[in-house]
Amino acid sequence: MFRNAPRASGYFRTGYAQDLALIQTRFEGAALAALALALALFPFLVGAFYLDLACQVFLASIGALSLMLLTGYAGQISLGHAGLLAAGAFTVGILFREVGASFWITLPAAALVGAVLGVIFGLPSLRLRGLYLAVSTLALYFIVVYLGGEYESTRGFSTGIMIDAPRVGGFALRNPRAWYFVLLAAAAGTLLICANLLRSRTGRAWRAIRAHETVAEALGIGIAGYKLLAFVISSALASLAGALFAYYRGFVSVEAFSLFLSIQYVAMIIVGGMGSLLGALLGALFVTLLPYLIEALLMRLPNAQSYAGALFAIDFSAFGVVMILFLVFEPLGLVGIWRRLQTYFLLWPFKYRPVAGGRR
Amino acid sequence: MQLIVNIVVLAAIYALIACGYVLIYRVSRVLNLAHGELMMLGAYLLLTTASAFSGNAFFAIVAAIVLSLLVGVLIYVFLMRKMAGEMVLAAVLTTVALGVLLRGLMILIWSAQQQYPGQALALPNPALVLPGGGRISLFAAAIVAAAVLSYGGLFLFLQFGRWGVRMRAAGQNPLLAAQRGINLHAVYALAWALSTLTGALAGMLIALDSGLTSSMAVIGLKAFPAALVGGLDSLLGALLGALIVGAAEVLSIQYIDPLLSDVVPFLVLIAALIVRPWGLLGTREELDRV
Repeated sequence: MFRNAPRASGYFRTGYAQDLALIQTRFEGAALAALALALALFPFLVGAFYLDLACQVFLASIGALSLMLLTGYAGQISLGHAGLLAAGAFTVGILFREVGASFWITLPAAALVGAVLGVIFGLPSLRLRGLYLAVSTLALYFIVVYLGGEYESTRGFSTGIMIDAPRVGGFALRNPRAWYFVLLAAAAGTLLICANLLRSRTGRAWRAIRAHETVAEALGIGIAGYKLLAFVISSALASLAGALFAYYRGFVSVEAFSLFLSIQYVAMIIVGGMGSLLGALLGALFVTLLPYLIEALLMRLPNAQSYAGALFAIDFSAFGVVMILFLVFEPLGLVGIWRRLQTYFLLWPFKYRPVAGGRR
Repeated sequence: MQLIVNIVVLAAIYALIACGYVLIYRVSRVLNLAHGELMMLGAYLLLTTASAFSGNAFFAIVAAIVLSLLVGVLIYVFLMRKMAGEMVLAAVLTTVALGVLLRGLMILIWSAQQQYPGQALALPNPALVLPGGGRISLFAAAIVAAAVLSYGGLFLFLQFGRWGVRMRAAGQNPLLAAQRGINLHAVYALAWALSTLTGALAGMLIALDSGLTSSMAVIGLKAFPAALVGGLDSLLGALLGALIVGAAEVLSIQYIDPLLSDVVPFLVLIAALIVRPWGLLGTREELDRV
């Protein structure tokens, strides 16, 4: 249930414990260790630019994972994700500016604010479904951002709130490499939280709700509670991502949390592949790197400087095109492509699985 | 008096935009979140036709209207048609992506600077003094007139027109409609064309009235609450919703805080979703369908 990737060798799970294990085969363990080693060595091999990119990807991953829990697993659509990130960032900014609170206070506070907002964002979900829910989260997004902007303008931070680097155990967290490891740990922690939630009772309940609400209720799943829980956890995580973003940038401003950011997060989980944590990570990677990729490609063209002014608009258009292409031609996202590739090699020389076994 | 004029003008803007949301939703259950961008595209098309027809206002506006109809059909044929039969939400997200794409292209083609198609067409925009002391600019009055005409025309079309009846039928039950020989694709394409047309009309008139920037799409999004408050599948409801949202916005700007203007429509939207999600005049069963 937890993972349904096809297996080529004679590995068959015979018990629930095996089914739920995080690392199922020795190869997976080795691959994971290799990945961990590569990630640990990465900051010592590359320059500041790539380090910053990696940090951005980690931040985006936290946000994308939290949205994946909500949309990809619990099936509740949110177009207001940027509002939750903004809430986290503004909690940090406000607490820092008003009372000079430290890292250890602002982060839990941000998570708490996120959780409370999650209840508010989630309440409409008890009554509304699909389109109407998406619209209600959109409206809440505008309200959160308005409140943030209102705070900025009434307190005289109209250009944004500056935040000092957080102090951990006496020294300030400024070094990009230190940030890399902090954000890596945060992203890995989020991934672990999500994976653990999904292989427990909660995750199964969410998937049941997504598959069919009425049936889930008939099975004795408390729909209202689990829906709200999905919103609360997702919002708290997103808010934490926003708080980390604020510290990482050292700067909070409503301009950073446009509606486009919400759309970007939705795009991440679509491009990555709905209903897969790996998809959220791939989507975050892809969407974060896309503008840099485009810039790098454009700069290779002749008379590159003439495009520099239009780069923003080109990013926008390319982003729209990519999103449309995935929605129309590959609704299962990058993970879908990966699975199809695996299946292709598994089944070769045949094209389809025998019908008797059903899909997967 | 001035307050009432302001409310009527704003409500007319919202109503003209909101009927685009309603048309598409009513016929194909798709919420078109790119409507704001399509509206902006209409305004930019006017800018282009204005220079193509070297300032001849009549031909420029007619050409822009024809082009926007064409854009609507093209969007359906090349994009939304592919989403037929997919989950409704996928279709909605496709329109979101379309909006992002259009916005990027528009900045790329026409730049993000403020532009004035009114000057390009050499159309003056004098303030008219109404009996009673209110002032209204010429194009604001034109927006009100356009809204009245569009709603009148659409109402007659949907009620008595051959294709209007087909559109209503397709909205009520696509399967049965198709079995009676109604060409669903043509009906959907028509809905997209009409919706783009009314949106583009609103965009052109707003641009003529107060200039054109790349942030115009926000107005389109703010008109959405009007459509929902009235009921997403009811034209009359959209009119009513536009009046409510417009009045709420103008009054809160006047008496509370000008900064609120961007949030008020959404506050109204949330209130409507809590109290009556299917809208004032909408059909109740709608909620279970989505």
